[in-house]
Amino acid sequence: MVEGQIVIEEYKTGNTHHTWDLKKMQLAHKVLKNFSYKKSDVIKGYANRTLYVNLSTGVIKEKPVTDEMKKKFTGGRGFGLKLLWDSIKPTTRWNSEENELLITTGPLCGTTQYAGSGKSLCLSVSPSTNIVCDCNVGGFFGPYLKFAGFDALEIQGKAKEDVVIIIDGEKGTITIETAPLEETNTHLLSEQLTQMYASENTNKSRQKVSVVSSGLAAENSYWGCLNFSFYDIRRKIPRIKQAGRGGLGTILRDKNIKALVVKIEHFDGISNHPADPVSLVQVGTKLHREIRNLDRYQCNMRAVGTGHLVEIMDAYDLLPTENYRFGSFPKASKIYSQKFYELFTKIIPDGCWHGCTLACAKTVDGYTVMTGPYKGEKVTVDGPEYETIGACSNMSLWEPLWVLEFNFYCDTYGIDTISAGTAIAFYMEMYEYGILNKERCDGLELCFGNAEAVLQLLHWIAQGDCSTFVKVAAKGVRRMKDWIYQNGWGEKQIIEDSGMESKGLEFSEYVTKESLAMQGGYGLTLKGPQHDEAWLIFMDMVNNTIPTFQMKAEALHYYPIWRTWFGLNGLCKLPWNDIEPANNAETSEPSKVPEHVQNYVEYQNAMTGWNITKEDLILQSERCYNWQRAMNVWMGRGQRKDDWIPFRAMGPVTEMEYISRKERYDKQLVEKLGKSEKDVEKMTVPDKLRILYEYRRDQYEKLTDAVYYRRGWTPNGIPTPQKMKQLGFTDKKMLKMLEDKIAADERNRLNVWGGFYKKGEHPPTTDHQYWQKWN
Amino acid sequence: MDYATNVKILKFHPEKCKGCLECEKACSQVHFKTNDGGEKSAIRIHKLEKGYTMHVCDQRGLCLDMCPVGALTRRKNGVVWLDKDTCIGCQACVGFCPIGAMRKADIRIEPFKCISCGACVRACPEKALELVEVKIANIKQVVYHKLGG
Repeated sequence: MVEGQIVIEEYKTGNTHHTWDLKKMQLAHKVLKNFSYKKSDVIKGYANRTLYVNLSTGVIKEKPVTDEMKKKFTGGRGFGLKLLWDSIKPTTRWNSEENELLITTGPLCGTTQYAGSGKSLCLSVSPSTNIVCDCNVGGFFGPYLKFAGFDALEIQGKAKEDVVIIIDGEKGTITIETAPLEETNTHLLSEQLTQMYASENTNKSRQKVSVVSSGLAAENSYWGCLNFSFYDIRRKIPRIKQAGRGGLGTILRDKNIKALVVKIEHFDGISNHPADPVSLVQVGTKLHREIRNLDRYQCNMRAVGTGHLVEIMDAYDLLPTENYRFGSFPKASKIYSQKFYELFTKIIPDGCWHGCTLACAKTVDGYTVMTGPYKGEKVTVDGPEYETIGACSNMSLWEPLWVLEFNFYCDTYGIDTISAGTAIAFYMEMYEYGILNKERCDGLELCFGNAEAVLQLLHWIAQGDCSTFVKVAAKGVRRMKDWIYQNGWGEKQIIEDSGMESKGLEFSEYVTKESLAMQGGYGLTLKGPQHDEAWLIFMDMVNNTIPTFQMKAEALHYYPIWRTWFGLNGLCKLPWNDIEPANNAETSEPSKVPEHVQNYVEYQNAMTGWNITKEDLILQSERCYNWQRAMNVWMGRGQRKDDWIPFRAMGPVTEMEYISRKERYDKQLVEKLGKSEKDVEKMTVPDKLRILYEYRRDQYEKLTDAVYYRRGWTPNGIPTPQKMKQLGFTDKKMLKMLEDKIAADERNRLNVWGGFYKKGEHPPTTDHQYWQKWN
Repeated sequence: MDYATNVKILKFHPEKCKGCLECEKACSQVHFKTNDGGEKSAIRIHKLEKGYTMHVCDQRGLCLDMCPVGALTRRKNGVVWLDKDTCIGCQACVGFCPIGAMRKADIRIEPFKCISCGACVRACPEKALELVEVKIANIKQVVYHKLGG
């Protein structure tokens, strides 16, 4: 094992070494478009312009960032929403000509002093959901984009052949070039382009280049992810982080973009030109010290990354296994973080952006690939993170090496480990029931635990010319459900209830059955079931601090909005609550981590020179949160029916699940549904399932009622024009659209609460048009 | 490549110190070309109830692995060196220094540290400071990245 004080030049990964004829590759490039821009400094966190590239027309231009835009949308994801609103139509779908791929930064992005400040926010209309999907991702691209001169990159149209777009912050040029000879799969392509575009053949130069790419499987599935590179001077390779959710890599390849490359001339600790660098350093250094002193006793991120969650989730019955049927598994200890710690290369810093001392980005170097086109090669696997390990436990893969194999191929093929894992777990369950079988799966024995079959499926997806099964499987759970119905292979209810998607997007890796608030955290969301909006399981289920609908609704108002804030600024959420001050538990609201919220107030003020309060942070976010919801409405979704989640997320679907946790569910029938113990004993399992089913569905509806009310939305989940005006929006097109939609809902009797309120129970308000009074 | 096995570090003789802070002034001259001393000095002399104490980097090198851009290296003479042209000012080394000897002055984003240059030794009128050679293996400390408490 390599221990510390490593001489940088001498560390070797043991990976297979490649030599490419880069000159030949570059000579094959044909420059399609060249655009020069005036280089200028970032001022107080903003480059003050965005870059627009149209691949169909060849138009490249700068767009100014106005003060009004900063005020209403802050930056990052907010800017992305604004630019999309101005460019797409309500009928725009993922592969429409006018659909855009946006990569945005945010005013705090690129700061080196405060951990977790290098996130890029990516947005587009997703193939999975047909609404706007936002993804945050580490790596150097976002910060470098800003230091090259742009707060956001907006790409519209499609190229006719494979291209790379190069943003050269050294020369001040943007070029679109064909790139016929480079690889498509990320682990090779990012290395080729990093070497090709580095100004000199040095580590230092290569570290000033970042590449966004995807891979072959992204072309043939809805799971395409974007890989953002960050060159590691110790390992001497570009490592990668993923914007995984919602198929943004699929869009990259649909636009015939092989890669985006950014390079910068220079950057230092004050390239953002903060208004008050001294305060910024103070607050950042305080956090570094906290991480140094406390991480080892809290999450241990610096040693094992987010994988530390595996054992916790398993202990609390929350680790998804066998397609979320169970929350723990006897074999789970085989994939606890200790097992990956043994495989990880123990050299650091391991931050996906400079200065992130939480350092959760771990690697396994010199991993020998076991299957597929790269079999026998030694590679660096970036990860696995918790979600990837969870995806594997969901498929009942319990060997760490298979987790690495799955991780490696998903990354290099450019697909999301979460969507792929969750979807394949569903196909496996269908296989177990005989709804799918060997014949229907092209000879693949897709039973739980069959790692080789999982990898074979990935290889087929990457290869392209494949059967209907592979084509449908690569589009995810929703399309597979429809395909199974069309073929009449199974009973609709079991299929619908156990396929874990909402809005068309696969669930991420937590079991939510026993936490109503977390069900809301997955369902009552903007882009779909992803844990980045709210993670309330412990508050709700373990600590029981939010017992009533009203309290849960408050949490489902505050946390999604608070967590949105990170995306407006180009920040990572982890340093907010995956490290906590020593006295956090003694504060009035430990789950909000008040001291860290105050850090962010000081941080944003120090950068921008504003004078904002913690309430202002929430307002910045609430604006963008509502704007995105309104855009969903505009695109025909964003309503109660779209916030529905499958029953597997709410409770036990099968008898086996019920029996496996019989004591728990029987007790609930007595305590929550007023059945006598004697009655429960007499009841059959299907009867108990049915009663629990009805009860939990109604609970979810009541939660939805309470949350919509708290958010100031109609009973059908529409942000009201009054709410939008309160938030400061005056966009007439938006306000009129919402007004019309609410009027249509009124005509269609959709403005009604969804819960069944018995005597003594009340909906959030009896005035179903309560917002009318806000004028 | 041969690596240094020894390094010179500062040794303090508290019984000789009279607290004149000439060492700090000399140090800030090296790093910032000023006689300000104080926060611009890598060596600090603190007054105790009785006498004085010295606070300075002991070249243990825990910070070496913290630097994301390779600005921190151990030079041929064994000294831990921060190259401020490479440094991107993240303060990871400042935050993780177990003895708080990686310094940061408000006027510059990049931190600075003792380079065992001896300017303070030469400046001390009382000869309370000296540079002594120690084995790196005996003082080396590796940053924490272990599993478990």
